[in-house]
Amino acid sequence: MSTMALAWEQFRFERKLFWRNPSAAFFNFLLPILLLVLIATAFASEADELEVLIPGVAGMGVLATTFTALAFNLTILRDEGVLKRIRGTPIPAGAYLAGIIGSATLNACLQVALVVVIGNLIYGVDWPHDPLLLAGFTLLGVVCFASLGVAFAQAIPNEDAAPAYTNAIFLPLIFISGVFYSADDLPEALKAIAEALPLKHLIDGLSEAIVGGGGDTATAVLVVAAWAAAGLFLAVRFFRWE
Amino acid sequence: MRDLRKAYGPVEAVRGLSFEVDRGEVYGLLGPNGAGKTTTVEILEGYRARSAGEVRVLGHDPAERDRELQQRVGIVLQSCGFYPRVTVREAVEHFSKAYERPRDPGETIQLVGLDEKADSRAKDLSGGQRRRLDLALALVGDPELVFLDEPTTGFDPAARRTAWGVVRTLKELGKTVLLTTHYLDEAQELADRVAIVKEGRIVAEGPPDQLGPGSSRYRVSYVSEGSRVEHQTDDPTELLHRLTRDAIARGERLDGLEVTRPTLEEIYLELTAEADST
Repeated sequence: MSTMALAWEQFRFERKLFWRNPSAAFFNFLLPILLLVLIATAFASEADELEVLIPGVAGMGVLATTFTALAFNLTILRDEGVLKRIRGTPIPAGAYLAGIIGSATLNACLQVALVVVIGNLIYGVDWPHDPLLLAGFTLLGVVCFASLGVAFAQAIPNEDAAPAYTNAIFLPLIFISGVFYSADDLPEALKAIAEALPLKHLIDGLSEAIVGGGGDTATAVLVVAAWAAAGLFLAVRFFRWE
Repeated sequence: MRDLRKAYGPVEAVRGLSFEVDRGEVYGLLGPNGAGKTTTVEILEGYRARSAGEVRVLGHDPAERDRELQQRVGIVLQSCGFYPRVTVREAVEHFSKAYERPRDPGETIQLVGLDEKADSRAKDLSGGQRRRLDLALALVGDPELVFLDEPTTGFDPAARRTAWGVVRTLKELGKTVLLTTHYLDEAQELADRVAIVKEGRIVAEGPPDQLGPGSSRYRVSYVSEGSRVEHQTDDPTELLHRLTRDAIARGERLDGLEVTRPTLEEIYLELTAEADST
């Protein structure tokens, strides 16, 4: 089989694995939706608050399905020796990783779509203002956070440490990046940190695509793309099979 | 493979190892834990770079990680996890797709004796069954050369017999097998030739039943006046002749006369102990 066909085969295998793991399916899909519904119901009844929350949760979904899921899963696969086993077969490294990352990408796209649909059907937020821009930012976010996730897995020492390491990034990041409330209300120091990191900018871009408002998307594209480049470099440079 | 060396910092795990395995041969690397067996095999498998020496596997340098070589080799690693939620059949079918000329997945599962468990998920298998799944995944590409790193560690006796049967089947199929083990009986049972490895060096090499260095001797023993008398010799023919001649001359019978050659275990223990005391 060609590398492409093997990547496709690996992708299909990963999809099968994903749905057989209820906890992964829960953390990937249900938890963000649960947070969205709870927060929307409890705090964000106003239209302008919902217009912050929907792109915010969509961005969080991209982060969870790519960065967190990949850092976590690759650490386990490495620790358990699955990566080493794969390395001993003729499956090309590129095809294997493409299958895994492709699966995470599909999860991220499903997540964004789900959030947008729930936002519209339940909370009456308009359909995305610019669907093409939404697709573009989702993909850029996926490239950025997937590569950062693969890179971050190399820093996690073992599978027992994986939840702590990934949450140590995930939780603070969503709190300072304007997932649940506008990041403009944060203290200056936190705002500066959030500005330097990619999630806030991804959410800005998603917000522009979903809600509109004529904001500047060039900065968002630049920052997320810069992190994507850094992530790709680190992921390739430091990848460990065992 | 010639004069293979591998150093981890100042520690030399493999210190000038050389051996050659013929096509269709089952070759056993036997030695205690930490002798350098796994390091050697992992260099041959392409997982590790060597520090020095010359290595050829089916005509390739394994360090180049050529896909053509990987198509022809099957690897059973020492400890290796697996996706817990796939069935045996799904796993074997998935891995078979990586090879140009795979063995039929169903046939492979049968070969390792897992047909009854074909639809069980990996997490529901016993330790021995999981090891057989490892073996199935290594064999599904129909490799010419199979690396088995401690293939039966942790097996119950029945599972060991099955695994041994599989290795014999591989041999019948004309495959070349490189096996590491710290079980003497396993080496004796399976290998055409054995190399005893100690501290990164080969201390003895040969067919298991001919492996006998000078100091391990034949033992001749018999019962005389109620107690067992034992002689050791390098030349049992001469000794037996002398003993029986004298006994006949005295009109005595040598009750319970026995001649035993040193077992692989004795040779092994002696060799590894020798290396310890130097």
